[in-house]
Amino acid sequence: MSTVTLTHNRVSLALHELRPASTSHRPLLLLHGLGECTPATVPDDLESWAGAIWGLDFTGHGESTIPVGGGYTAEVLIGDVDAALNHLGEATIIGRGLGGYLALLAAGARPRAVRGAIITDGPGLSGGPNDAIAPQVVRLVDDRRAPDSYALHELSRDVRSAEYAVDFVRMAVANSGLAEPINVAAVFRPPWLDAVAAAPGVASMCLADALDFYRA
Amino acid sequence: MEPPRTFPGAVSPDRHYRVNADGVGIAVNEWGDEEAPVLMLVHGGADFSRTFDVFAPMLAAGGWRVVAWDHRGHGDSDHTHLYSFEADLRDAVRVFDTVAGQQPVAVLGHSKGGSIMSSLADAQPFRFRAFVNLDGIPYRRPGPDLPEFQRADALNTEVASWLEHRRRSSNGSRKPGTIPELAARRANVNPRLTREWLEYLVTVGAREDADGWRWKLDPSMRMGGFGPWRPEWALFRLAGLAVPFLGVLVGAEEPMGWGTKPHQVEKFIPRHGRLEYFEELGHFIHIEQPRMVADMVLDFLGDPA
Repeated sequence: MSTVTLTHNRVSLALHELRPASTSHRPLLLLHGLGECTPATVPDDLESWAGAIWGLDFTGHGESTIPVGGGYTAEVLIGDVDAALNHLGEATIIGRGLGGYLALLAAGARPRAVRGAIITDGPGLSGGPNDAIAPQVVRLVDDRRAPDSYALHELSRDVRSAEYAVDFVRMAVANSGLAEPINVAAVFRPPWLDAVAAAPGVASMCLADALDFYRA
Repeated sequence: MEPPRTFPGAVSPDRHYRVNADGVGIAVNEWGDEEAPVLMLVHGGADFSRTFDVFAPMLAAGGWRVVAWDHRGHGDSDHTHLYSFEADLRDAVRVFDTVAGQQPVAVLGHSKGGSIMSSLADAQPFRFRAFVNLDGIPYRRPGPDLPEFQRADALNTEVASWLEHRRRSSNGSRKPGTIPELAARRANVNPRLTREWLEYLVTVGAREDADGWRWKLDPSMRMGGFGPWRPEWALFRLAGLAVPFLGVLVGAEEPMGWGTKPHQVEKFIPRHGRLEYFEELGHFIHIEQPRMVADMVLDFLGDPA
């Protein structure tokens, strides 16, 4: 496995090539769940992908920089994904849990670069409540090890508004040129994901079918 | 090297020190008697504690130990990897702990500082004995109400421009200039403040490099932003506040202002609270009229002891 180091502001991001391209087909970008990192080998359920397979370690995870003093939002992680897309060009994204939510946000934010976003089950899928979150000030043991305890805390309770998530579906549908740029393969559907799955332009295929669909 | 600038009534802090907030160095400035009861001053977005150089000494002269800190990425505090509302709250608590332990103190927050303190008063009410919110009461997200399809368009533009900024900011630094040039740039967002004041601010909020002055504010920070949160959530929390509350709103429109009007927020003003409205004044009311605002705050807070 070879690794490329990307820069997002002051953070160094590790982008791992899990399997090099054997065809000219577009790459698949794997986004891990909250508290995970890119796996060492290609997960068996992604083996069918024809192109290269890459995995990005989010800020505070795997081999990417552990920030000083936390301050995570899902929004800043869109910048992580954007750095990977800037390196890869067009890609299909498969995300687990938190990575699934980020796949959706990236598909809306960079609709020409993301050729299909597949949301699957995984840690950090639900996030926090759908509405005004109770402010909470906690002091964590900041041991600067991956995964960062501030990432685990802040990204497990960030607001996940159904209305906001559907805005990103609309952006992906309006600007990607794809009829169904988002696919919900997750079995567990917190309120934001329920709303996404019901929106026009969102398919609900199982993972194997979704990979086939976006490979075409 | 130019000699230090002065401004009528501006006084450098009596004490300066740093607080370690999980590895982020937070710069704290104090004015007044160290033994006096504490009054926290919390600045707004893109500001810094030295913007209180005229206002804070007036409050200190009223018998308060006035404590103000620079938020992470602002003023003399460290630039760090990540910035968020929750991180600002956490940093604030480190300063409160350092200055007052868990004892209740008087708090004044301006703009975003008022919004952050509204959240802290809800999360940790034991830290407050009185709360003044200076034009930091959000009513709704800036920008007009839009139908759904246009809202996605507006968000699309905002997200795309934010991502372009993130790509550029990896090796960014602020544009250098002379003192008048930096003051002129700041006048775009502070159109109601005098050039003399803005030039003074450059000398306490910017640093002088070989090629000119640069604002200390982290160049990766950017006004605006997007997310699922609603600014007015801070407003909803005011309704349950149990300590004396003074809210101040202003009528003059300007780029940094929030445009909140009294009738929009009256019902959220707590039982022990009052709301003052100044039709002719702007968002930086404590800089436009420091004596008037200081007298109002001192009168509201009463005897420090």
